[in-house]
Amino acid sequence: MTSNAAALAVRGLTKCFDRPAVDGLDLAVRRGEFYALVGPNGAGKTTTLRMVAGLLRPDAGAIEIFGIDALRDPIAAKQMMAWVSDEPMIYDKLTPLEYLEFVAGLWGIDPVASGPAAHALLLSLGLERNLHERCEGFSKGMRQKVALAGALVHDPRLIILDEPLTGLDAVSARHVKGLLAERVRAGGTVIMTTHILEVAERMADRIGVIAAGRLVAEGTLTELRQQNGRTDTSLEELFIALVDVEHAA
Amino acid sequence: MTRAATLTWFARHELRLAWREWLAMMTGGRRRRTRTAVIGLLLFGAVMHLPAWAVVGRYADLTLPLDKTSLIVVSAAILLSWALMLSQAIESVTRVFYARADLDLIMSSPVRLAEIFSVRIAAIALSVTSMAILLAMPFIDVLMIAGGVRWLAAFVVVAAVGLSAAAIAIAITIVLFRLIGPARTRLVAQILAAVIGAGFVIMLQIAAIVSYGTLSRFAILTSEAAATIAPDPTSLVWWPARAALGDAEALLWLLSASLLLLGLVMAVFSPRFADTAIQAAAQGVSSRAGTKVKAFRGGSRQQALRRKEFVLLRRDPWLISQTLMQLLYLVPPALLLWRSYSDSSAAIVLITPVIVMAAGQLAGGLAWLTISGEDAPELVATAPLPAARVVGAKIEVVLMTISIIFAPLIAALAWLAPWQALVTACGVLIAAVASTAIQLWFRVQGRRSQFRRRQTSSRLATFAEAFSSIGWAATAALLLTIPEAALICGIMTAGLLAATWKLSPQRE
Repeated sequence: MTSNAAALAVRGLTKCFDRPAVDGLDLAVRRGEFYALVGPNGAGKTTTLRMVAGLLRPDAGAIEIFGIDALRDPIAAKQMMAWVSDEPMIYDKLTPLEYLEFVAGLWGIDPVASGPAAHALLLSLGLERNLHERCEGFSKGMRQKVALAGALVHDPRLIILDEPLTGLDAVSARHVKGLLAERVRAGGTVIMTTHILEVAERMADRIGVIAAGRLVAEGTLTELRQQNGRTDTSLEELFIALVDVEHAA
Repeated sequence: MTRAATLTWFARHELRLAWREWLAMMTGGRRRRTRTAVIGLLLFGAVMHLPAWAVVGRYADLTLPLDKTSLIVVSAAILLSWALMLSQAIESVTRVFYARADLDLIMSSPVRLAEIFSVRIAAIALSVTSMAILLAMPFIDVLMIAGGVRWLAAFVVVAAVGLSAAAIAIAITIVLFRLIGPARTRLVAQILAAVIGAGFVIMLQIAAIVSYGTLSRFAILTSEAAATIAPDPTSLVWWPARAALGDAEALLWLLSASLLLLGLVMAVFSPRFADTAIQAAAQGVSSRAGTKVKAFRGGSRQQALRRKEFVLLRRDPWLISQTLMQLLYLVPPALLLWRSYSDSSAAIVLITPVIVMAAGQLAGGLAWLTISGEDAPELVATAPLPAARVVGAKIEVVLMTISIIFAPLIAALAWLAPWQALVTACGVLIAAVASTAIQLWFRVQGRRSQFRRRQTSSRLATFAEAFSSIGWAATAALLLTIPEAALICGIMTAGLLAATWKLSPQRE
């Protein structure tokens, strides 16, 4: 691990199912950055992040997490990151606290530190009334919050989230966005896919637009505008213009 | 649409849903397998005529009037099938309450709920009865082939038994809801469903052991004592048996009584069906695990995994019901063991295959729950520990649970027959490891709630698991009686496992 390596560096990443889902993708995310990956349905966003998280084996390419080759040393890479999918997968028969205890144990976190941290996390997500209830009766939003708390309890340096705001009400979404912003302020790195372009526009330091498995544009909102010669336009209009061009090509 | 037309349409809808659920269970949810499943079922049905012949062939010549012993045997068979149908019906009713996602749609529609839910109750009764007729078909076919068409009446008896079992099951479940609430009803209903089916056979075995020192259920049924205390042959108690043998009057009364019972249940419970179903759908919110904040526990990553698996197993209603059932099955051999302690009977050898078989079957279910039934596979896959250590921790949980359940029985056996205890312990270990290995080879990721359908994801794995448990149980029994034969049986079972591994998808 090099001290100034990027949080995530992806080179020539390729994955084919029936057709190429990710096609020689290059991507670099800096330390302490909030990076939003946007793109139309089936563009390859989730497949890319699943490969980064170690859930899918790429057909070709390289993935480095803080300078660690994630394909050669997946355990060391996983120790530093957390993955939250759009479909929260938690255990129905565990309470939120029990779930977080399990996650902290899996990451080998000292229970003296993880216990109070878990408690604080659940409180900050508005789950104080549900700490001792089994998750089986939880709504999707509550489950998503428990999953997110699980991702944060081991204090990862890189957090990867696939559509984390899907199914959340406005208050819950604000809780989640607040927590993520706080993590970035504390030096953590967040990579997130989203269909809600407003969120990407407002929260992300940089935005990557992916289409047909390739990165078609990347930069801050200002940089994206400059790249497209549109100085006063929203991300939504930029996105449609970029994706339309790619689609026509 | 008229009211009658609406009800007819809803009845068709319910039957279609029941058919599709059944088909999905048979095909593992893969529609392309439908033809294979149908052919497989037809073949299975044809093959089932052979064991059916062995079991009921000798009773085909029975004619009315019957002596008391024959009446007891036929009535016991009908009572057993009723218990099995009741168990199946409780399971069906619970599934309809907790799993159907159409309540909002039905209740927001402009139909009379009591009528609609009457149809739903009737559909449950019909599906239970259809299944019972299907299962009874090989046996009744054999009776008809050997004893004439008068045995057709047995089909009507099965239908009547199915209708009454469904009616009682619905009443039991709704009363349970009222008494103990939806959260506990689910658990209690699953336990009842598991235990009722086995309970009747086990009670007969216990009676046989206590009276005659044998595991044979027929010993008690055909005994002088049973004939002495049984009611007179003209009693109403024997009407189901007489109906099965073609007594038209008894048949008519039996069918009418069953239909009346179902009608009564529909009239009394259909208006409450909606409330009950809504409560069931809202269930879970109040399931609290205690409010004391406990400090997080330390330990290795595997320990964290083992702890999680143990908590989930402890809270799994299926596992509780299955373990109770397995333990219930162990009551007769345990009783035999206790009797043998006082009179040193040779029947004690029978305990070993029962224990080994139970361990193999339970280990298969446990292995599915821990290895395949992982509800958060992505969390575990993104955790910083190798996949082999994850699987290792889960296998440890299976073997530890089996040890906890079976160790007391083996310890008691060791007190009486140390060599047999050693053989039984080895048998339990080998059967449990074999079942776990089969589950590993045929691992298909699923949710724990899909446990009911685990056997449909791979028929090969299901049969291999069953034959492996039977094989190791037979090997252990033979080792105690004919050691040379045990060697052959052991080699055959190991060969079966090797063939299963060769055909397994994990090998590819």
